[in-house]
Amino acid sequence: MNPQQISAAVIATLKSIAPEVEADELIADRPLRSQVDLDSMDWLNFLIGLHTALQVDIPEADYARLVTLNDLVGYLQQRCPV
Amino acid sequence: MIDFKLPSLGADMDEGTLLEWLVQPGDEVKRGQVVAIVDTSKTAVDVEIWQAGKVHELIVRPGEKIPVGSVLATLLEPGESVPPTRQAPVVQTIKTEARRRVSPAARKEAETLGVDISLLAGTGPDAAVTLEDVRRAATVKPPVQAPVVASTASAAIDRNAEMRKAIGAAMSRSKREIPHYYLSETIPLRQAGAWLAEQNARRPVTTRLLMAVLQLKAVALATRKFPEMNGFWQDGGFKPAPAAHLGVAIALRQGGLLAPAIHNVAEKTLDQLMSDLTDLVKRVRAGTLRSSEMSDPTLTVTNLGEQGVDAVFGVIYPPQVALVGFGKVRERPWTEAGEVHAIPLVVASLAADHRVSDGHRGALFLAEIHELLQHPERL
Repeated sequence: MNPQQISAAVIATLKSIAPEVEADELIADRPLRSQVDLDSMDWLNFLIGLHTALQVDIPEADYARLVTLNDLVGYLQQRCPV
Repeated sequence: MIDFKLPSLGADMDEGTLLEWLVQPGDEVKRGQVVAIVDTSKTAVDVEIWQAGKVHELIVRPGEKIPVGSVLATLLEPGESVPPTRQAPVVQTIKTEARRRVSPAARKEAETLGVDISLLAGTGPDAAVTLEDVRRAATVKPPVQAPVVASTASAAIDRNAEMRKAIGAAMSRSKREIPHYYLSETIPLRQAGAWLAEQNARRPVTTRLLMAVLQLKAVALATRKFPEMNGFWQDGGFKPAPAAHLGVAIALRQGGLLAPAIHNVAEKTLDQLMSDLTDLVKRVRAGTLRSSEMSDPTLTVTNLGEQGVDAVFGVIYPPQVALVGFGKVRERPWTEAGEVHAIPLVVASLAADHRVSDGHRGALFLAEIHELLQHPERL
């Protein structure tokens, strides 16, 4: 998958958790959770959504590395089956 | 003849608007069946009936606003026949289509834009109406609708104002009537954090646990030794509750909050609690709560740690007599046997009712929660 496809999947999953999110208002290199106001339940549901959409299971130990949208897309690009 | 009345939906909801009947005259209903949907200032609620019978007459029509305790419908008890003196039930138009799933943001946007949600085909999961559906519908709307737009935009503002008023009224009542006292205790979560990390490392993302679930279980177990924290102040006295139905404060995305109950928390496994909590949060956001969840929390737990605050001192939700708060779990210095360690800590707080308990018992209650959280494997 290319970064655009991954990014689109991430945004779509995000919107299923936080329907009010506007993709073009997100700043890709700022912390995502504070921009979208995701609590830990929302975050977990977001990761479950990504798991369903991209077949990637993100271990809890990696949460700390996934701060911005850019972090997520880069991480998923490495982890996603091509 | 059974009178089916609008049940209490919590201290800050003393009236509701009937949105929809899910039964018709002549239908047999079972105990616990959802028979109507009622809108409150905060959310739509699925109203259950707690007596079996046959629907005789629907008294309140969709769109009518009624206070808690109003008779919504009459039912015939099992075996009872229609009393001859009563008139035949008025045939009413009943909406029988399935409940529409509408995201809260879409609902809000629809109100702002003056879009009739019932006319939209949803494209989201379970045919849910999404924000895009609403916006798409709004762009193809003829411009003659402009005056409606103005009035529905003010309706959205009214709804927020109404919710704020309802919360304000309940919290004013709480502060006026309940002599609150407040305590806090810092709880080390080294064991709980390590146990959780170890559990979650072995679990796929779909079955992972949150610290909030351990906290809920610990609070519920602690009420077994401290029943004076769990129950209701009613008719000038305290009535302890036989089980811990913990109200979980959940923020609504459009503002405001709800604290519906997870039932029998002390008897449930952590996995069950996690799935109950996930389900509850989903249904709060989707607006599909049940009346029993709104009316019977026996003790509320609020977790404001997500917003980064260290501690929360809550306002008790009447007729409950206590509220337990948790702040953010942070790694901080902690001394143990003369050594300083960096470990995760959380500040637990208690707001409790002096008519029922005093600070000494409150402190022991928090100490019990502290102790329970040191043995996560036993929770």
